[in-house]
Amino acid sequence: MPPVLYFIMFKYIPMANAVLAFKDYNVMKGIWGSPWVGMKYFNMFFENPVFFSLLKNTLLISLYSLAVGFPVPIILALALNEVKNKTFKRTVQLVTYAPYFISTVVMVSIIMLFLTPNQGIVNMLLERVGIDSINFLGNPNLFRSVYVWSDVWQGSGYAAVIYLAALAGVDPSLYEAAKVDGASRLQKIWYVDLPGILPTTVIILILSLGNIMGVGFEKIYLLQNPLNTATSEIIATYVYKIGLLNANYSFATAVGLFNSVVNLILLALVNAVARRTSRTSLW
Amino acid sequence: MTGMRQTVRESVGDRLFLGLIYIFLALVLIMTLYPLVFILSSSFSSPAAVSGGRVWLWPIEATLVGYEQVLQNHMVVTGYVNSIVYTTVGTTISVVLTTMLAFPLSKKTFFGRNGLMVFIVFTMLFSGGLIPTYLVVRSVGLIDTRWALWLPNAIWVWQVIITRTFFQTSIPDELAEASEIDGCSDLRYILSVVIPLSKPILAVLALMYAVGQWNAYFDALIYLKTDSLFPLQLFLRSILIQNANSVTIDAASIADRNQLLSLMKYSIIVLSSLPILMIYPFVQRYFVQGMLIGSIKG
Repeated sequence: MPPVLYFIMFKYIPMANAVLAFKDYNVMKGIWGSPWVGMKYFNMFFENPVFFSLLKNTLLISLYSLAVGFPVPIILALALNEVKNKTFKRTVQLVTYAPYFISTVVMVSIIMLFLTPNQGIVNMLLERVGIDSINFLGNPNLFRSVYVWSDVWQGSGYAAVIYLAALAGVDPSLYEAAKVDGASRLQKIWYVDLPGILPTTVIILILSLGNIMGVGFEKIYLLQNPLNTATSEIIATYVYKIGLLNANYSFATAVGLFNSVVNLILLALVNAVARRTSRTSLW
Repeated sequence: MTGMRQTVRESVGDRLFLGLIYIFLALVLIMTLYPLVFILSSSFSSPAAVSGGRVWLWPIEATLVGYEQVLQNHMVVTGYVNSIVYTTVGTTISVVLTTMLAFPLSKKTFFGRNGLMVFIVFTMLFSGGLIPTYLVVRSVGLIDTRWALWLPNAIWVWQVIITRTFFQTSIPDELAEASEIDGCSDLRYILSVVIPLSKPILAVLALMYAVGQWNAYFDALIYLKTDSLFPLQLFLRSILIQNANSVTIDAASIADRNQLLSLMKYSIIVLSSLPILMIYPFVQRYFVQGMLIGSIKG
């Protein structure tokens, strides 16, 4: 069956190829013929001064992005759910959904055009209200905010759809009951809507927590410049540079493997916690 | 009557709260829409107006110069043609493979169904990583061929799950039994019964994969070396982000050149996003439906 072949070829063979992390890669001998070197490349990575900064950058960017990017679509969906005017609701949905279709390359160039010091529209607006032009992409302290908030702009409308779907599935008799009990709009959201979408929320939270080490590599790579690498260099961009650009295959594989394993452990942990506390889990 | 009662019941606090919700959503609407309008307006404005920061909402000194210049650029044209090829072929391959996998998985009678599911879902949780995958693609000789953009990422597990759920919930098993009694072969059953009933999910799959293919650049960046094979996104990267000076402009002075270049960026952004943005309102209905089907039921 071709689909099964696809998974073996492009997913499972690469997994097996990850043994490269424990070997000294030699092009002539191939992956399996190359000599074993044990944990050499892992130790090289852990002892490298960049290790902590890579780990810190990776974790901070994804935790920040989770802290903002996770609640915003829920708030958007709850707000949209209150709107009874169909045209307004559909307009908001159609518009907020659209940025999702913009490609990463174009998105990054929009960010760059808008944030250009002195000439970008954001800085021109800032200057009008009397604030000095800010070099957003040249300041390592601002990199995370630029990354996270542009993501919120691009992805919230899309992410809200899944919560809207969950809200549509809430038992209507619960709303009736809330109305009879004289619940206010806010109480209705708090006691009916939120518990109603809790299972969906937990699953999405597990999935995003389990993806902590896998933040948007493409976008970060494109937004990087020599001025902001202090906060923008993450494990994934490092693997690409060391591995493919410097052809240091074994070392880069070790770094990548470390990333995948930490990710898998995080996912398993979060899943276990979720199963204990809310009885909703991936497995 | 009921309408009356509801208006009476709505307390002041509730109406105030609803008002706040409308204000919040209106702000969200403006904040999302404004950058899009600004880009569109800039792309139709004169180079001097764009560089001078005179464009705020509507086009200033409206002109098509930006578009004319962009369309004369051989990189953009080659990229556009390549991207159309990548998107149509890639989407077809992906949709066919995904359906081929999701259909048996939706059958309760299919032997080894759970095992196969675990086998597939596991790849979402763990992967070999960039280099090991690159080495596989290289060893099978896909480097610098169009296949490198079609095969290594052909199937997305999430799409398989959505499609499987659709087949399970929307196509009753009785249909299969009935067609079997009528002497219909499995293939015939799929082609003339299942496919026509699955249009919504096929539309969702096609759109998702098409968006992915049209917007993809990283696979092209690592697997392709020949310029003539590059998809639009890769050229966009060099024009928009790396400011490649290979962009040919027949303008007189350097100042004019720079003004034109920043205008062209807006035109390129519009041109490259147009195909996807144009089809999206038509398929949005299916899209939301697909998300509904695929969303995890609590």
